[in-house]
Amino acid sequence: MAYLDELEDQAVYILREAYRHFRSLCMLWSVGKDSTVMLWLTRKAFFGHVPFPLVHIDTSYKIPAMIEYRDRLAREWGLTMVVGQNRKALADGMNHTRGRMICCGALKTDALRHTLDGSWPRMRMDADGVYREEKNGAPYTGVIVGARADEEGSRSKERYFSPRDKNSDWDIAEQPPELWNQFKTDFAPGTHVRIHPILDWTEINIWEYIEREKVPITDLYFGNAEGKRYRSLGCDPCTGMIDSTASNPAEIIVDLRRTNVPERAGRAQDKEDPYALEKLRREGYM
Amino acid sequence: MDSAAHETPASGAGRETMNVVIVGHVDHGKSTLVGRLLADTGVLGDGKLEKVQETCRQQGKVFEYAFLLDALEEEQGQGITIDAARVFFRTDLRDYIIIDAPGHIEFLKNMVTGAARAEAAILLIDANEGVRENSRRHGYLLSMLGIRQVIVAVNKIDLVGYDQAVFERIVSEYRAFLAEVDIHPQCFIPVSSREGDFVAARGQNLGWFDGPTILAAMDSLGKKPQTAKLPLRMPVQDVYKFNERGDDRRIIAGRVEAGELRPGDEVLFSPSNKSATIESIEVFSAATPEVIGAGRAAGITLSEQIYVTRGEIMSHVSAPPSVSTKLRANLFWLGRQAMAPGKKYKLKLATMESEVVIDEIHRVLDASELGSRIDKDRVDRHDVADLVLRTRRPIAVDAVADIEATGRFVIVDGYDIAGGGIIREVIDDNQGERRQQSRDRNLAWVGGDVSADQRAEVFGHPASMVMLTGAAGAGKHAVARALERLLCGDRHGAYLLDGKNVHLAAGHASAADRDEQLRNFGEVAHILLDAGLIVISTTNAIQLSSHAGIVTQIAPFEMFITHLGDDPPEDADRVFAAGADPEATAKEIAADLSARGRLRPPA
Repeated sequence: MAYLDELEDQAVYILREAYRHFRSLCMLWSVGKDSTVMLWLTRKAFFGHVPFPLVHIDTSYKIPAMIEYRDRLAREWGLTMVVGQNRKALADGMNHTRGRMICCGALKTDALRHTLDGSWPRMRMDADGVYREEKNGAPYTGVIVGARADEEGSRSKERYFSPRDKNSDWDIAEQPPELWNQFKTDFAPGTHVRIHPILDWTEINIWEYIEREKVPITDLYFGNAEGKRYRSLGCDPCTGMIDSTASNPAEIIVDLRRTNVPERAGRAQDKEDPYALEKLRREGYM
Repeated sequence: MDSAAHETPASGAGRETMNVVIVGHVDHGKSTLVGRLLADTGVLGDGKLEKVQETCRQQGKVFEYAFLLDALEEEQGQGITIDAARVFFRTDLRDYIIIDAPGHIEFLKNMVTGAARAEAAILLIDANEGVRENSRRHGYLLSMLGIRQVIVAVNKIDLVGYDQAVFERIVSEYRAFLAEVDIHPQCFIPVSSREGDFVAARGQNLGWFDGPTILAAMDSLGKKPQTAKLPLRMPVQDVYKFNERGDDRRIIAGRVEAGELRPGDEVLFSPSNKSATIESIEVFSAATPEVIGAGRAAGITLSEQIYVTRGEIMSHVSAPPSVSTKLRANLFWLGRQAMAPGKKYKLKLATMESEVVIDEIHRVLDASELGSRIDKDRVDRHDVADLVLRTRRPIAVDAVADIEATGRFVIVDGYDIAGGGIIREVIDDNQGERRQQSRDRNLAWVGGDVSADQRAEVFGHPASMVMLTGAAGAGKHAVARALERLLCGDRHGAYLLDGKNVHLAAGHASAADRDEQLRNFGEVAHILLDAGLIVISTTNAIQLSSHAGIVTQIAPFEMFITHLGDDPPEDADRVFAAGADPEATAKEIAADLSARGRLRPPA
């Protein structure tokens, strides 16, 4: 059995377990390559359907092409799109010059937390493809996230089903065991569970799968006329491009096998603090 | 071996990947071994080793290979991608994912989590310290986790002067221990991770040893044997109907855990004993395969619309799993609260969940000292037990020696998985014969074209049975009548089945033939349930001391038990005082059914 098949089957199994056990379930979709592969795996698991909403946190600083791509795919695939935003911080002029960790904390972590627990209004795309405000939404008790264990240290300690307490905090030391595809599907009121279907995938696995399945990925990942491309997508001001002419998944795989540069090297917030992502994660950022 | 990682790697998609876990007592040198493996296979990248060595010199520390892991963790994503728990490297043969499992006992649950994902294990023992507590405990757990491919590395052999006698002594002691838990290592290897002897290269110091290096031993491991030759087992994970999305397929989803399936196969669902023919294999954005083998996620449709639910195991008609409520098992416990008799737990086996209690504890072992039997009536944290479990409902299982995936389970205490176990033996719970009769009946049953789902739509609720138990004079019959009135008043399909009526209708059984009377009662109840009704009855109506036989006969329909008075049966869902007000009690039972999704929601 090919290794990509093993990875696919495991992800499909996890997605089906999540759908079965969590009544109020959503999937975080950043429109990056990882969560888009996860979205594709969802269509595999449910035979073409995506039977839960996709939550996108819009910092308003995302690369514009990301938003266009998101809404186009949402219409084509009949996705239930839900968008959350920290309106207050944005009205107050929040941006990365106030400190990248502060900016991420407000526009990502806070927005995510309050969108998930339903305390802030959500924008939901209706049948005509128009976003309309949804107030007093129910909290999501199961949140599917496209984290990969190889991205950075803290993610390697994750389980497939990882409990979060009332404050969305992650207690790394007190995680229950996980074996034989039996996951944590029982949880106390007020808590929720993060679900990680592609935890075992590496960056190269993701691209191998995109190539094999012809997953329609945003072309920001492919080399532009100036010979530059994005390796990791984020907010425009804080995400750098790398020098690469790779114009398709096969060329990207060749590129990646040669490189010694970490995947998130272009993400400025990681440089500000070596433990940036672990901190953001503890506080609830995906 | 050096060449392995330097060459331009071939496309990874076609290469084999193997998960190997490294376990052992704390400080026996796991990180050093991993560091040495990385350094000697050249995965580190140019200058990395020298850089870390230089840093150590500057700080006046003696260089250790374990530092490589720390250094790499700080500079993440080196192409080799290393992190605290998993290390990736490759040989000419295949890609490896090394899972570094914690050696400290406090992290036993993490060790179990890591090891459960592995296909093989390297067990590490410090030559200086010899076999320690966790060397044994980890050996035992590997055995229960089903890991049969084990390499034992006797590490720090340099610290005992490369002494062959020390090595032989440890081998002999540990081999005997592992044999007791049915682990027969591929090989024992004397290793110095620090000096590099027998990790990737043989080195100069162990001339007396003619076995393989760690790396060569890893490459000699086999992938897990395919389970395609075993009987088909596909636990039902879910049943999908995406009608509202314009898709009227009714897809049974699950992972094929053993054997293989093809369209046209005659399949049986256990424990419900429903049978059907596989109509089609369903996939999204892929060519439809002719056969689905073990390990694959599957979706199928059936040619008949039978009522199938999550938790049942699909097999071929000719080779079904066992069905019982009693299991002899070996279990390890990780929960802070001891596992105690009398307490109810949740058992999860494949996709099935059932309430479970301890039926009998045969013995409790301290996993670190196999021979030591502890005389106690509970299973404490980190203990291993040989016990009999009793599930509330009959469940479909296999002995782990026959089929692994349907022969192992976890126990949930409260909200968390607190233990795991393997089934050594499925014990006959005195219902075997009746179960076989029901299976035969269901296989021969002539159904109409209306499915149970359709009936549930007509009535607005699924069929189920409500049984009232209690001593004579407790008021069971009054409650049963009140409940029928209440449900029918709310336009539910309910029917009060009195045992006397069954006797009047099918009066062949002589009054003396109690078994036959009971069987008749169960069969009539089954027909009424098949018709989609909520069937209400009382145990005094059928002169029944135990309702277990009826539960067996009416499966997969569920029985909900309400007891009146003292000494309720273990599986009672609700208990009321004897002589409780019939109307109020009936209302509470209805509310309970409603909460379980067994009644139409109020308009």
